Amino acid sequence: MTDKIDITLRINGRNHAIRVEPRKTLVDAIREDCALTGTHIGCEHGVCGACTVIVGDEAIRSCLMFAVQARGKPIRTVEGLAQGNTLHPLQRAFMAHHGLQCGFCTPGFLMLTASVLEKNPDIGEEELLDVLSSNLCRCTGYQNIIKAVRAAQEEMKPKVAAD
Amino acid sequence: MKPPAFQYHDPKTLAEAVGLLSTLDNAKLLAGGQSLMPMLNMRFVLPDHVIDLNRVEGLSGIKESGGALEIGAMTRQRDLEFSDLVKAKCPLLHLAIMHIGHRQTRNRGTIGGSLCHLDPAAELVSVAMAHDATVTVAGPNGTREIAFADFPAGYLTPAIELNEIVTTIRIPLWPAGHKAAFIEFARRHGDFAIVSAAALLQIDNGKIARASLTVGGVAVAPVRAAEVENAITGQAPSSELFAKACESCRSFEAMADIHASAEYRQHLAAVLSRRALEKAAGLADNAPWNRAH
Repeated sequence: MTDKIDITLRINGRNHAIRVEPRKTLVDAIREDCALTGTHIGCEHGVCGACTVIVGDEAIRSCLMFAVQARGKPIRTVEGLAQGNTLHPLQRAFMAHHGLQCGFCTPGFLMLTASVLEKNPDIGEEELLDVLSSNLCRCTGYQNIIKAVRAAQEEMKPKVAAD
Repeated sequence: MKPPAFQYHDPKTLAEAVGLLSTLDNAKLLAGGQSLMPMLNMRFVLPDHVIDLNRVEGLSGIKESGGALEIGAMTRQRDLEFSDLVKAKCPLLHLAIMHIGHRQTRNRGTIGGSLCHLDPAAELVSVAMAHDATVTVAGPNGTREIAFADFPAGYLTPAIELNEIVTTIRIPLWPAGHKAAFIEFARRHGDFAIVSAAALLQIDNGKIARASLTVGGVAVAPVRAAEVENAITGQAPSSELFAKACESCRSFEAMADIHASAEYRQHLAAVLSRRALEKAAGLADNAPWNRAH
């Protein structure tokens, strides 16, 4: 055991004052210390993408970052997508298009695609496939995930103000 | 699958980081963490101290200076990917970046971390080798420069001292209009390459004035195919020329592991070398292997 460090993680706009060992990964801190279990842990070595969250404004694998490194940075997890009882367009699209079966990989896909569509609303087919290939899904065969992201993409595009 | 216990250090300056590295036993530097953290999680490495470089000032940035790109060691792969300067001046680096892992790992991974981890198949290591890069390291007695040809000391082992930190990578640029290609064979896009090939060609008046060919994933570190470079320099580029010259890549000393035998790697070295040269020379536009993914 090493000495624990007091840190504050700002997740989905809320501060979580926690005390963790420096070796604690961000995903473990999010789940165990902040009690936000929507983010899932898969491979723990950066291969599966299940633990993808947004730190700063970039999607990262939270098993490959220590919690102490995320001090002072805004963090977004799957719990932050819905607005009250209204699901995020991506969440609705994943449901409508059967973009999940067991759902284990879904939080990672949602945060990855949320980050991608916010940064690049007009992402093309080839780049989208490249992005989605980074996360593992063993149920869907990916086709329905692609359909879901395409559907949400339209909805998420900034609306042109009507006169 | 959880990291071992260690003391965490969070220096703010390079001098502080060098000081920590010089005084602590069994310390590891943490850059982007995209290789070190899996190794910690799997307990392949058991450091007593981890020195995090992420808050050290002045270690990232990309600039052109004296005919070279100077890249800070903590520059993220993602920043290199979207750098107009890199895309315009160093196409090989731009092309190679697209093969590194995935978006989430490129958001964290750094060029200095990749070079120091020195995976035999790492794309950035091949680019540094192809461009005859120079690495600047800082230690207790100041800084020194290391030619990249001398940088790999062995498998996953850079030729730097235990108390030295890589600060800058200097990549000499080729003349405007030079051609570059980077290709690799991996089981899936984004996986570690089994073999990769990086080609640079300068073609003047229909003849190859200068050539650089680097093969990654075959030996313990990427190697320059000097025999091929010599054989094609001064010649007019053609598929026949490249195919004949690249046969020499079959004699590379090659590793064998669970993914591929030494013979298979030697075969891929010859094939991918030819393809990379063909692609760089614009001879591969209709080749069946030359498609996205």
